[in-house]
Amino acid sequence: MSLSLTLKVWRQKGPDDRGGFETYAANGISEDMSFLEMLDVVNEDLLAKDREPIAFDHDCREGICGACGVVINGRPHGPNGLTTTCQLHMRFFKDGDTITVEPWRAASFPVIRDLVVNRSPFDAIIQAGGYITAPTGGAQDANLTLIPKAIADVAMDAAECIGCGACVAACPNGAAQLFTSAKLAHLNSLPQGQPERWARSVAMVDTMEQYFGSCTNYGECEAVCPKGISINFIANMNRDYLKAKFKDRRRLITQADVMADEG
Amino acid sequence: MTLDAHAPDGPLEDKWDSHKFNMKLVAPQNRRRFSIIVVGTGLAGGAAAATLGEMGYNVKAFCFQDSPRRAHSIAAQGGINAAKNYKNDGDSVYRLFYDTIKGGDYRSREANVYRLAQISTNIIDQCVAQGVPFAREYGGLLDNRSFGGAQVSRTFYARGQTGQQLELGAYQALARQIELGSVTMYPRTEMLELVVENGRAVGIVVRDLVTGAISSHAAHAVVLATGGYTNVFYLSTGAKGCNATAIWRAHRKGAYFANPCYTQIHPTCIPVAGDHQSKLTLMSESLRNDGRVWSNAKANDNRTAAQVPESERDYFLERRYPAFANLVPRDVASRAAKKQVDEGFGVGPLHNGVYLDFTDALTRLGRRTIEERYGNLFDMYAKITGEDPYATPMRIYPAPHYTMGGLWVDYNLMSNIPGLFVAGEANFSDHGANRLGASALMQGLSDGYFVLPATISGELGNRLGEPLPSTASPAFKEAEASVRDRVSDFLNIKGSNSVDYYHRKLGRTLWEYCGMSRTADGLNHARSEISKLREEFWQDLKVLGDGESLNQSLEKAGRVADFFELGELLCQDALAREESCGGHFREEHQTPDGEALRDDEHFSHVAAWQYQGAGKDAVLHKEQLEFEYAHPSQRSYK
Repeated sequence: MSLSLTLKVWRQKGPDDRGGFETYAANGISEDMSFLEMLDVVNEDLLAKDREPIAFDHDCREGICGACGVVINGRPHGPNGLTTTCQLHMRFFKDGDTITVEPWRAASFPVIRDLVVNRSPFDAIIQAGGYITAPTGGAQDANLTLIPKAIADVAMDAAECIGCGACVAACPNGAAQLFTSAKLAHLNSLPQGQPERWARSVAMVDTMEQYFGSCTNYGECEAVCPKGISINFIANMNRDYLKAKFKDRRRLITQADVMADEG
Repeated sequence: MTLDAHAPDGPLEDKWDSHKFNMKLVAPQNRRRFSIIVVGTGLAGGAAAATLGEMGYNVKAFCFQDSPRRAHSIAAQGGINAAKNYKNDGDSVYRLFYDTIKGGDYRSREANVYRLAQISTNIIDQCVAQGVPFAREYGGLLDNRSFGGAQVSRTFYARGQTGQQLELGAYQALARQIELGSVTMYPRTEMLELVVENGRAVGIVVRDLVTGAISSHAAHAVVLATGGYTNVFYLSTGAKGCNATAIWRAHRKGAYFANPCYTQIHPTCIPVAGDHQSKLTLMSESLRNDGRVWSNAKANDNRTAAQVPESERDYFLERRYPAFANLVPRDVASRAAKKQVDEGFGVGPLHNGVYLDFTDALTRLGRRTIEERYGNLFDMYAKITGEDPYATPMRIYPAPHYTMGGLWVDYNLMSNIPGLFVAGEANFSDHGANRLGASALMQGLSDGYFVLPATISGELGNRLGEPLPSTASPAFKEAEASVRDRVSDFLNIKGSNSVDYYHRKLGRTLWEYCGMSRTADGLNHARSEISKLREEFWQDLKVLGDGESLNQSLEKAGRVADFFELGELLCQDALAREESCGGHFREEHQTPDGEALRDDEHFSHVAAWQYQGAGKDAVLHKEQLEFEYAHPSQRSYK
């Protein structure tokens, strides 16, 4: 059966444009379409009427690349939970529904056009310390360090983050604690991650705070995360950050000091 | 031009070591005098950019995505092979080499494949050092599984996210270099032209996808690691952004395109649900370990699975291939499913799939075991189709998944244009006519972390003291002008049909006539259809908006324009290869049992094509393949 819907879509020509909602009819929508395929159909329709298609980010369309994501009826990635926008299917909507479609709303993710935003502050957080320093070539045999399954599983739970930014979009403060803490939990829980643990925690958290708002434990981030990243990781991050600050204040006040020491 | 693979002499197992010793080096203090461009930041490109940056070269990396973390390497579910023999089940470098050559149906270069098998073990070490969270056993050792019909357990995995986790490892190493200033990253930037001067690759011209700004970048070496061309079929398991523009632009500038007809079709994807379908989703091949494949035995049967009695079901893989049954290789399973559907035995509302039925496995093993093994896949299937695979069988159908062909490269992964290197799925090098499961990740990382850093240094060692080419040269100015002209050409056609309209039509033609099975008549027909469609595209395309801001239709137009030319070459190559091998099946060349029939006497070569202009026949160059160690044999899965 096919659906007839009314879409209220945020249109904005560029970062400096004020932008606003436009209303479109989406008719003949199949229940088997994904939300993005529905937007494809609307775009073909707009093009036929000589109106510019709606810009939106997307790539793999199988829920893993993290490129897509829009706010659907006020909720990032839509109503279902544990689902990216590309994996949300139209059978979860009813004939006659009006659907509001907006970009991620966060000061640190400025709109580039329509539903496309700039998420580069996430890259800045990773660049600050979201890695284990292991230049190619010097690795020991992979089985030399035993990693208990329970620890490997926690690291994997955290590593599942796809960097889509829904957590920031859902947060009333525009905070990026869930994203940052997931990467910290991944790397800080592994034996390989221990040498840089404290410096990493300080560098990533400080960089995060340059760009994003503060966490006040609303928990909206966890509720919309398509990968189910746990808010518990934020507690781990706060603990590691505090420990790092107290642990060796002389050496670990900033990442720059650490680098200079190692220099 | 004669195609010299530059494979080193000597025993197979010593080739790479002796080659590394014989190549020139660039001393650490001289590396910063060299600039290297890397296009694409998937496993191959990301790993190469990070490693070259670590070594001290000046690196510029480019990707069209908003972040270098998102390349389509992320989508690989199954795992990555390595000849570690951690399971003590008889694996070795030689066995992985042999399996890869055999799996590629004896159409790959022995020296390259052996090196890949050797390096496979270093990759796992490197990735674990970076913190890639591979699955572990309770004792803390790495876990392995058997994958894609391999008789040894050599596949390392990270839940269903192996590609994602390896990509994040490379991305994080790259991020560290970006922070240190050795790599400059250009996200949302698309390469639209290769610049060749005096026969050497000297740089690229790119377009900033946000501002539309066109700029030139010069380098001593250019690496293309831009992935495969499977989206030429429109519907594939590739990401929507996957495209062949970078390699096609290089092909137009003289780089040979090798074996384009080697395309891999994956048997277990979710069937098309309607005309709106924008991509296809793969369900892991591991499902065939416990699922039984069947179709209707009666043509045009509209009953649901539950309504079809056992006696009217055709377990066609078990019937035709009693020894391997549901575990026959990808190409065999794919063609068998196509045959059922073509003859009217297909299932589902559109009769366009076959069932993958877990009823027996659920009875035998219980729901809990099935949930443990395949829970995430079953959930994904339910999300997409709205059907519960625990209650009703999954529907599957083959879909284009990977392309073994790509730009021709020698042993150093350098194309026939000096200074132009090609890595990962973008080159043709290691998989022959068919790729084994869990080997794409291995090749991408082998090329990026280990091969290119050595061979690029070997090439640059000959060029000490050479200044960076100037972007003010006529070659760069011409390339910039051609990019600018193409952008305005697309915007000025002002026709009536969208890019997707043409891309769909191109894909349908290719899938029909140059997909799972091919005939001379069909291929000739497809070539003329594509040629007509290409002309229509250039006359009646509609792209709105401008070239000075984010314009996704404009981006797609450039990619589809290149797919048209590539589609024609695909047909030409498939037509010229009068044999069946691996992912290339010519109906004229099969055994009485319907199996692929190779012709080693006439086709034991790499077909490398030289561009002659749009719509013109490309010129064929051959690289003869010699098999000193792995001697060709015919496959049999009966």
